[in-house]
Amino acid sequence: MLSIKNLHASVEDKAILKGINLDIKPGEVHAIMGPNGSGKSTLSQVLAGNEAFEVTSGEVTLNGENLLDLAIEERAREGVFLAFQYPVEIPGVSNLQFLRTAVNAMRKHRGEEEMNAAEFMKQAKEVSKQVDLDPSFLKRGVNEDFSGGEKKRNEIMQALLLQPKLAILDETDSGLDIDALQVVSNGVNALRAEDRAILMVTHYQRLLNHIVPDYVHVLAGGRIVKSGGRELALELEERGYGWLGINDEDTSN
Amino acid sequence: MATTDNEVKELIKREYEHGFVTEIESDTFEPGLNEDVIRRLSEIKQEPEFMLEWRLKAYRRWLDMEEPEWAHVDFPKVDYNDISYYSAPKKKEDMPQSLDEVDPELLRTYEKLGIPLHERAKLAGVAVDAVFDSVSVATTFKEPLEKAGVIFCPISEAVHKHPELIKKYLGSVVPAGDNYFAALNSAVFSDGSFVYIPKGVRCPMELSTYFRINAANTGQFERTLIVAEEGSYVSYLEGCTAPMRDENQLHAAVVEIVVLDDAQVKYSTVQNWYPGDEHGKGGIYNFVTKRAACIGKNSKVSWTQVETGSAITWKYPSCVLRGENSVGEFYSVALTHNHQQADTGTKMIHLGKNTRSTIISKGISAGRSSNAYRGLVKFGPAADGARNFTQCDSLLIGDRCGAHTFPYIESKNKSAIVEHEATTSKVSDEQMFLCRQRGIDPEQAVSMIVNGFCKEVFKELPMEFAVEAGKLLEVSLEGSVG
Repeated sequence: MLSIKNLHASVEDKAILKGINLDIKPGEVHAIMGPNGSGKSTLSQVLAGNEAFEVTSGEVTLNGENLLDLAIEERAREGVFLAFQYPVEIPGVSNLQFLRTAVNAMRKHRGEEEMNAAEFMKQAKEVSKQVDLDPSFLKRGVNEDFSGGEKKRNEIMQALLLQPKLAILDETDSGLDIDALQVVSNGVNALRAEDRAILMVTHYQRLLNHIVPDYVHVLAGGRIVKSGGRELALELEERGYGWLGINDEDTSN
Repeated sequence: MATTDNEVKELIKREYEHGFVTEIESDTFEPGLNEDVIRRLSEIKQEPEFMLEWRLKAYRRWLDMEEPEWAHVDFPKVDYNDISYYSAPKKKEDMPQSLDEVDPELLRTYEKLGIPLHERAKLAGVAVDAVFDSVSVATTFKEPLEKAGVIFCPISEAVHKHPELIKKYLGSVVPAGDNYFAALNSAVFSDGSFVYIPKGVRCPMELSTYFRINAANTGQFERTLIVAEEGSYVSYLEGCTAPMRDENQLHAAVVEIVVLDDAQVKYSTVQNWYPGDEHGKGGIYNFVTKRAACIGKNSKVSWTQVETGSAITWKYPSCVLRGENSVGEFYSVALTHNHQQADTGTKMIHLGKNTRSTIISKGISAGRSSNAYRGLVKFGPAADGARNFTQCDSLLIGDRCGAHTFPYIESKNKSAIVEHEATTSKVSDEQMFLCRQRGIDPEQAVSMIVNGFCKEVFKELPMEFAVEAGKLLEVSLEGSVG
């Protein structure tokens, strides 16, 4: 489904990704782990098309289609979803309006009828229950005065609504207490499907206790230095990154 | 942002949608202004002597005045002798008595603008006075309004039918010599609306006036007068459009509102005069004086404006809060794009005890435009316990536009309380990335973010116009992403 070949990317002329190779098949869950500054978040931003990053070489295809040729919104409509690490606020725009605009943009792309407000409301309420959010939050401004946990749940809820082909979760576990982590994980597990690929970016192993990945990759210095199964994450938890010859400078967060 | 140059060009090419010209035969004065022109104007309108004298007095005042230059706008000097001061579509009789007598070409014009004048049409429940260039061409729903005792008619008609009210109130809030443009308007105003709500009457429907400039090289100088007697209520809306022309056109209006004890007036404006093209060529000069006098106790005035049009806007809808416990409100959205310039805001003059005012101003600048908020909050010596709350927010789109805030506060009363909040923000790359990552077009994303920014003001507009205002912002923002 997703194929990344020799991907290089930089920000302000500083090389961050230095040759990423990765293949993800439908139905698989891959976890990308690595110390801070290894390029984990950059990889998710580049896949989604953030224009602050420049792809200097390499290839990324989604179901055979060249993603790098597409604008941000076109990638989204082809099924790329990014759950943000720090979701931004849009004051005055209600969550409901934002989500409906997004859902309808996708529907329009697929040649389907737009959803009216009542229909959408019904669906949004159901999905909000899946991530344990009170439906009243649909009326609040996008991420406006949301707690950290609410923001993360909101991101997962959007993934559930938009039903992407590829869901990229950027540090979805950061800043969550154990209860919130459980709720978010349940949401992500509900997202798992045979025709969907999930790419999780995380610093910590603990998320993987709740969402069990098929593969784990260790990213360091802009390259994948080791790949393995679920057991690799456990080994990392036990032994840190040092045994891989990686200097984990900062694990404070 | 990432929208390619071609896409942006494509978007900019989408034109101002009200820019068409109606082919209609008009009686238009030769350009130029002198006492004879004013006499002729007054004669055509068969005005009583007192009106002519009032106009001439205003004209003489105007001759002695200087055009103001303090506003944060920049434009070549207007040659007042290059403008025609009267243009009216030719018609069989002086005043159409019913819609059947209105030229079908005019009716089509208003249909095209989305303002159907047929009473059964979609704006049902809103009475419309349609002003085309210098004259009112139609007023709808006259009968049910008359039944309620409400007077809603062209001001030229009110001069004949209700001279006592005109004599009493015209110029009582904005005197002829108030400022340069008000003096000019007083000398040459041609039409506009007159509204009178009798004691204790809640006006049974929204009233609205739709102003259309059609003729070339013509100024529009309309005059609106609203009188709300004790305990009455009215909600009034005005809308404005003009054809696309390469020359600048002058629009210098005066609006006066008189509010007596316990009465309330809600005045909403959706101003969409032609703003000029993307190079700043053409467009309307919108120099307007709007003022409400809250004379009575517990009286209230709300100004809500959505300003998206005009090459230059110079406008400060104000409230003189004379009556005890009277309330003034100003809710404004001003959007400038391309080379538009706006200097707009309000004046809240607190004279009476416990008077209160609220100012919520939202300025949005895109392209190379300049957008200034200018506001005065003043407390007189007798304004015990008066208070004001002001919130001025500016939103910038791109990095070539400017936003400015000029708040003035004058207090002669120690018990007065003023709160002032101001913010400036940008449509951020992060917000755009989030929206686009969810599949939303960049244009739609900007429009959604801007609409969110304006929410506090839009909720003050009558329902159907809030929807229109949202759409208008969308159209006005086209080509702002790039």
